[in-house]
Amino acid sequence: MDTTPNPPTASTPPSTPAATPAAAPEQPGKRASTLRTLLRLFPYVRPALPRLVLGMIAALLAAVVALAIPQVLQGLVDGALSRQDPAGIWPAVLVVLGLGVLEAILIALRRWFVLVPGTHVEASMRNALYARLQDLPVSFHDRWPSGQLLSRAVSDLNLIRRWISFGLVLLVVNIVTIVIGAAVLVSMNWILGVVFIACSIPLWIVGYLFEEKYSVVARRSQDQAGDLATAVEESVHGIRVLKAFGRGGFALKNFSQQAEDLRGTEIEKARAIAGIWLWLLMVPDVAFALCLVVGVWLAAQGDLSVGGLVAFFATATVLRWPVESIGFLLSMTFDARTATDRYFDVLDAPNSITDPDRPVTLAEPRGRLAFEDVHFRYPDSPARFPDLLDGVNLVLQPGETMALVGLTGSGKSTLTALTTRLYDVTQGAVTLDGVDVRSLGREDLRGHLAMAFEDATLFSASVRDNVLLGRPEFAERSAAADAALEEALQVAQAGFVRDLPDGVDTLVGEEGMSLSGGQRQRIALARAVAAKPAVLVLDDPLSALDVDTESLVEAALREVLASTTALIVAHRPSTVTLADRVALLEDGRITAVGRHSELLRTNEHYRFVISSLEDEERRDATRQVARDESAARTEQTEREEAAR
Amino acid sequence: MSVTGVEGEERNNFTASESKQIRARSLRLLGSLLRPVRWRVTAAMLVVVLSTAAQVAGPALIAFGIDKGLPALLAQDWLPLAATGGVYLLTGVIGAILIAWYTMMSARISQAVLIDLRKRVFLQTQRLSLEFHESYTSGRIISRQTSDLDAIRELLDSGINQLVQGVLYMAFTAIALVSLDGVSGLVLLGSLVPLFALTRWFQVRSQTLFRRSRTASASLIVKFVETMTGIRAVKAFRAERRNEEVFGELVEDYRKVNGRVIQLFGIFDPGLILIGNVAVAVVLLLGGFRVVDGQLAIGALLAALLYTRRFFDPMEEMAMFYNSYQSAAAALEKISGVLEELPGVPDPVAPVDLWEARGAVTFTGVRFEYQSDRVILPTFDLAIPAGQTIALVGSTGAGKSTLAKLMARFYDPTDGQVLLDGVDLRRLHPKDLRRAIVMVTQEAYLFSGSVADNIAIGKPDASPAEIVAAARAVGAHEFIENLPGGYDTDVNKRGGRVSAGQRQLISFARAFLADPAVLILDEATSSLDIPSERLVQQALQTLLADRTAVIIAHRLSTVAIADRVLVMEHGIIVEDGAPDDLIDGTGRFAQLHAAWRESLV
Repeated sequence: MDTTPNPPTASTPPSTPAATPAAAPEQPGKRASTLRTLLRLFPYVRPALPRLVLGMIAALLAAVVALAIPQVLQGLVDGALSRQDPAGIWPAVLVVLGLGVLEAILIALRRWFVLVPGTHVEASMRNALYARLQDLPVSFHDRWPSGQLLSRAVSDLNLIRRWISFGLVLLVVNIVTIVIGAAVLVSMNWILGVVFIACSIPLWIVGYLFEEKYSVVARRSQDQAGDLATAVEESVHGIRVLKAFGRGGFALKNFSQQAEDLRGTEIEKARAIAGIWLWLLMVPDVAFALCLVVGVWLAAQGDLSVGGLVAFFATATVLRWPVESIGFLLSMTFDARTATDRYFDVLDAPNSITDPDRPVTLAEPRGRLAFEDVHFRYPDSPARFPDLLDGVNLVLQPGETMALVGLTGSGKSTLTALTTRLYDVTQGAVTLDGVDVRSLGREDLRGHLAMAFEDATLFSASVRDNVLLGRPEFAERSAAADAALEEALQVAQAGFVRDLPDGVDTLVGEEGMSLSGGQRQRIALARAVAAKPAVLVLDDPLSALDVDTESLVEAALREVLASTTALIVAHRPSTVTLADRVALLEDGRITAVGRHSELLRTNEHYRFVISSLEDEERRDATRQVARDESAARTEQTEREEAAR
Repeated sequence: MSVTGVEGEERNNFTASESKQIRARSLRLLGSLLRPVRWRVTAAMLVVVLSTAAQVAGPALIAFGIDKGLPALLAQDWLPLAATGGVYLLTGVIGAILIAWYTMMSARISQAVLIDLRKRVFLQTQRLSLEFHESYTSGRIISRQTSDLDAIRELLDSGINQLVQGVLYMAFTAIALVSLDGVSGLVLLGSLVPLFALTRWFQVRSQTLFRRSRTASASLIVKFVETMTGIRAVKAFRAERRNEEVFGELVEDYRKVNGRVIQLFGIFDPGLILIGNVAVAVVLLLGGFRVVDGQLAIGALLAALLYTRRFFDPMEEMAMFYNSYQSAAAALEKISGVLEELPGVPDPVAPVDLWEARGAVTFTGVRFEYQSDRVILPTFDLAIPAGQTIALVGSTGAGKSTLAKLMARFYDPTDGQVLLDGVDLRRLHPKDLRRAIVMVTQEAYLFSGSVADNIAIGKPDASPAEIVAAARAVGAHEFIENLPGGYDTDVNKRGGRVSAGQRQLISFARAFLADPAVLILDEATSSLDIPSERLVQQALQTLLADRTAVIIAHRLSTVAIADRVLVMEHGIIVEDGAPDDLIDGTGRFAQLHAAWRESLV
């Protein structure tokens, strides 16, 4: 993804392949070595390390046992069999059987030691990723599509787990087995041993070259798979739009294009794998063929017994699988390496919004919210643009309700997001009771402020849990929790939840009942109210409500607002009337603060932004004129008819 | 009992007949996926058969070298040994080349199958009705297309290769052994009995576990995606720690199920090795006595031992195959269920041509029930002449959106017909239908890509000039120009930084660009500020002059441009008339209008 042009996403017409910066913005310029990357897994592996080592020991012992069997064979062939002594067969067979049983037991031990801890590593890494993602600022999430994050949390971690509990163990054990086996071969007959080892040298070269090629393709394939997942997600979340415009086929075309790209990469990957397979299969056979000729010649010279020859091939056969397995173990290792890279892309992403070292605490905030010369610009905003917020000064006294009015795109929502540090100011400060919000712990701060967003995001949980989200102390059912829930639902006029199949216990959100925009908005409002914050921040909280409901909500909300500091983004006069004062945001500054009626009278921009009354009155007038005219016309026709 | 489609997907216990039904369904799907590539599969099989035969020749050649080559060499005859070595070299090289070739062939095949399946599921997802999506939930349909497809990919990528090569390898080894030494062959055949029993035991035990593992991973994915898409609310309400707990539990569930699968493997795999090693000991025992008796050559005994040992070599990998096979089978069962779902709003078999819709919409005897028990709209008739602009008002839940969705054929009526220019919507080709009728909803979803791309959804072949014109017409041009990259600005996932109002303007521009005969606006302007709404109103006045429109809006400013107002309550149209008449009257609309006028001050 980072090295190739972006494939168009579900909505992108093929003519304009948009450059999504999403895939891997934090991709470092130079790649670290595979070993160094994989070593970063160490902290997660550490708890499982003793068992991992025990597993490796068990696997090694199993390999040693397997290598011992040919030695028994040699003794048998050169002893009992050459002496034609049937009595010698039984003990040898019993030893072989005993070793065979032992090998099985040791392999069982290896699995028992290693595989279950592997799942613990996977689980702890997954939890760490999730926690990190929740901690990273909104600006990070703005840039990363969730499909890319998801593929890291699921497929990449799966890969890492399998590598740790299977790939890593077998890689170490098989390499050691090959070394021991080679030593055994050399000790049995140094000429044969050297021939065998010399033949395996090309494998190491091929293996090294393979890494170069394979890891690039593997990374690309994983990134493309992540993009494909994003395309799938969008096609599902945007299903209404796609259906409304009949663009299902169009989305399919773009999806197919992306899937084709992935297919191309996968085939490239297969080519790399086929290449290494070729060598891994060919080299041992070549070695066997050479050893056969040399071995038989040595036996003919009398330098090697027939039993020795038998044992040599039996040993070499034991080594065959470890040698062949190096191929897929290496590819698994490189897959794990790219997966680790991708995992740490996220974990290493800098977090610009963190808790202060020594947080100030506000025990009982009074709720004085102040913006002091606040500047803000988005990081990707071009230099030619002025700051989106260009020196905002505004003070909300404790208990005061302030409406924030301004044109679409003037930065109202951004301003509200600064209060709970979803973003941080680029200059100036937002203060709560005189304390910079950046000096407070984030938990603490967000406990004092509650928000309702333009998008009413509900989670897959019951209505109850959604509403009481901001009240962790009410996680358990209690009379107090019920009362808080009732009260919040009452304020938000969300009584409709009682008619849902399971009342307040009905599951909503992505996995639950689908609700209308207005219904979701009311639950989200109830959630903000239920949090009982010192400061309420409401971003156009009533936009999706009908007039009747809106006025009911307003009436109920007024009581809450009487005692709470509130900042309300308003697009409508009706919402503005909830406020004691109104602040007008214009060109990144607050250009006027005052009462609604006052601003309406004195400020032309304010009238332009908030009032449609004049439009209505003009319409009323035209309607009246039209009505008079038509009445006059009818009258005239009647008169004419009468005259006739 | 029968299960069709996605029904019973979350269950883990099926009756025998249900299991059979589900298995048959997955097999049918598998068959239909493999049919197009059957010749390539045949070719690949041929290659893999040859390559395996070449590979298996080794031990027999070693036996020949020892038993024939050695005595010959002692008699100063190099030929048998040289020939054996040469043949060995040749089979090794050819076998390896063939295997590499096969690897490429099978990758091409599995990728072809995979892309076919991906497209099918994607297409089916797009085809299924909104009603299906609403009840099946987005999380589940996404995991069908991601994690389930991953499971199948894994099977195709490595699993099948391992199986095919493993089975052939075992078969050829057995054949070689039997022809080399019948007694050892019998031992090997005897070992198949416990091998079979062990595999069967594993199969039975693991099946339910694999199913549970997939369900567990699906809930994990849902929770993850939900957190990331709702990250603002998560942060604002300090849900991080509770989320971590919940997610931690889901991770733990998944880990436990996986752990149990792995434990099962921990018995299965060593069991295989045990069987193999016992077989080796028995071959050695029986062979040893016969060597002593002179009935068997030493080289042949060695070959028999090597074959016996190598016979079990692929078993570990095949056990891995079983792992991926089980996941893939469970995934395939679910995917085949989704593919089996009949679209609730099916495309017509023989569509009626409708070149240029005039835009007259008629509801005759229409009744609508949601999920077959809740009556949302009792039977009603409604005629909307071409070119009329209708304002649909009423309180939340009155059925306005349902009526709109019937008109846009997001749903089909339970009874009765919705007609466009006298043609039942169900008989229109989706292309004609969507060109004629466009609905814009409140949730203005933006896809990743540029602003221009998003507007172009209304008309994919639109020129940049047309896109700008559409944006200008709805008053979106100015804010778009002020975005960091103008029309090329990436809107990011879920429209992260574009405000709700701006998103609505973009989706409005989409509709403008689509230029349909019938336009349905369901709360499409709810988040606009007043100046934008003013512009949109002006745009609508020209836009709607010659087309049919239904506008649902809580703000009654829309009424100004409407020719006719319909007031709905509890699914019933209670008032129907010209706006002025209704405003002057004393009905429900007059009240609503008065209340709204009040709210403007």
